[in-house]
Amino acid sequence: MRFSGAEIIVKLLERQGIETIAGIPGGANLPLYDALSTSSIRHVLTRHEQGAGFIAQGMARVTGQPAVFFATSGPGATNTLTAIADAKLDSIPVICITGQVPLAMIGSDAFQEVDTYGLSVPITKHNYLVRSVDELLRVIPEAFRIAVSGRPGPVVIDVPKDVQTAMLEFDVWPEPGGRGAGPELMAPELAYAARMIDEAERPMLYLGGGVVQSGSSALARALAEKASIPAALTLMGLGVLPVEHPLCLGMLGMHGARYTNLAMERCDLLIAAGVRFDDRATGKVAEFCPNARIIHLDIDASELDKIKSAHVPVAGDLADSLAALLELVRPGERARWLGEVARFKREHPMIIPGADDPCSPYGVILKAAELSGDEAIVCTDVGQHQMRTAQVYPFRRPRQWLTSGGLGTMGFGMPAAIGAALAAPDRTVLCFSGDGSIMMNIQDLATAAEHQVNIKIILTNNNALGLVRQQQDLFYGKRYFASDYSRRVDFLKLAEGFGLPAIDLGSSDDPESDLAAALAKPGPCLIHVPVSPDAPVYPMVPPGAANSQMIGGETHV
Amino acid sequence: MCKQTVIQLTVNNHPGVMSHICGLFARRAYNVEGIACMPVNGGATSRIWLLVNADGRLDQMIKQVDKLEDVLIVERHDGGHAVFTRMAEFVA
Repeated sequence: MRFSGAEIIVKLLERQGIETIAGIPGGANLPLYDALSTSSIRHVLTRHEQGAGFIAQGMARVTGQPAVFFATSGPGATNTLTAIADAKLDSIPVICITGQVPLAMIGSDAFQEVDTYGLSVPITKHNYLVRSVDELLRVIPEAFRIAVSGRPGPVVIDVPKDVQTAMLEFDVWPEPGGRGAGPELMAPELAYAARMIDEAERPMLYLGGGVVQSGSSALARALAEKASIPAALTLMGLGVLPVEHPLCLGMLGMHGARYTNLAMERCDLLIAAGVRFDDRATGKVAEFCPNARIIHLDIDASELDKIKSAHVPVAGDLADSLAALLELVRPGERARWLGEVARFKREHPMIIPGADDPCSPYGVILKAAELSGDEAIVCTDVGQHQMRTAQVYPFRRPRQWLTSGGLGTMGFGMPAAIGAALAAPDRTVLCFSGDGSIMMNIQDLATAAEHQVNIKIILTNNNALGLVRQQQDLFYGKRYFASDYSRRVDFLKLAEGFGLPAIDLGSSDDPESDLAAALAKPGPCLIHVPVSPDAPVYPMVPPGAANSQMIGGETHV
Repeated sequence: MCKQTVIQLTVNNHPGVMSHICGLFARRAYNVEGIACMPVNGGATSRIWLLVNADGRLDQMIKQVDKLEDVLIVERHDGGHAVFTRMAEFVA
């Protein structure tokens, strides 16, 4: 066999099962695009490389399989960095293949040359600068193995143009790269952990994105049920337990419900699984679960004892460690503890202003959830709309919820929703966004229209940076500086200009039926909901404070 | 006087490995006091010795270094290492 480097890359991607690649061509990756033109892989041409990165993330978050995106050298590569860093913080397996100037020109400040390898070191799980065509046979499968093995993450492969055009004679294709086995568990550790659970009076599960990633939501649920342990979920863990499950306490942390944070405060044993004790979840770490001993389960050993020392740290794949614990723990009733948790729920309920009004910030989320049914995938951007969706959307399944948790990237939602719709074309994808966020990647509305993806963008527009404004309101003496947009953007005309139908719930005579009609019609649509910039997201834990210091959201205020 | 320790790494030998390792320390504001590196086994791998102050973050640093794809073996010499005692003669 004799193929060029570019042909080898495309063939190896086909052999990995890649069906869709988002990206943008340029001088340094044109050989790759030329090879892609004759492939069965579908290409999605975006308007910005960051959009391509988030489309890949959307696909990867929905399927759990690695997704690929392409960019050219220089500005193409630098435009991908935010999407790659976002994937790193949320442990999402994506592979970014960038073109680079020819090897001999590397280091010469050539046209569109940038040190992609150097730039991507701190934001990838691993990265490559490919120096010869034969390396591709090793590097591509290895990149896939690394992206999905252990704790998943992004991989960058930078390929000089002359490596793409170089020819290679070889006999056999390498095997596709896949997930390697997790670390072996230590039986005595787990036996000790199980005994701690048996003996605990007020245990609490603390479940995060790792439970979703490892496909062990059912195991976590079974453990909760067998030993009667209530579960708090992180932002990334939403959907691990269905909201209506009696043991599900929903989201903890900065915008968590009062009862959830209060129950955490009370627990005497914390069983942390697939979480990294992020400050948005824990609040002031020294005062997080002050009375609890900790069992910490994670596949990434460097997460154990990183923020908080665990009494029992267990390094291993959650699918293994949760299964082992499930076997070992004794069935338990814990009537007194569950009664206490029920009392927290009763006395400190989640207050949802405007829940019945489809034109209010919370109401439109609840109405859209009701109308779109259980199969919908839910994406958000970053801001008040994101926290409100996390608080009230009735999540029932893992991989139903796609949000930028770790990096908190405005501009994530809409392109990620496109990726989700490409990966799951039979499902409706709801994308909750805000006017601040959507503007950060609005160009890819054209991509959504071009591919007629079934995404419904529900844009709550307060003409402001809502969460920034809320912090200025609470902590900066109401000095609203640089958080209001003086120019009102006409998003309905913008949508029309990009080729999407749009409706305005603010001027609708029957918002509920207009919303229902927009959700029912296949293809992309923008649903505009004007809201007040003065509506806060409560409860809120002030940054740096303990989770017990929640502001707002009390009954009788 | 700070207590110092030596981390000995066996790594793949290609351009960029050193920047992965040094970058890891640098972005956690953890200084590397001394570095020595030599290729072994005909150059496919290298051995790196890092002289670092043994503060409370060292265990976390070692776990992070161990995660790097190009790092094959991590060993810790709390009693120091002859590489640095001999190298000290050059800077005396």
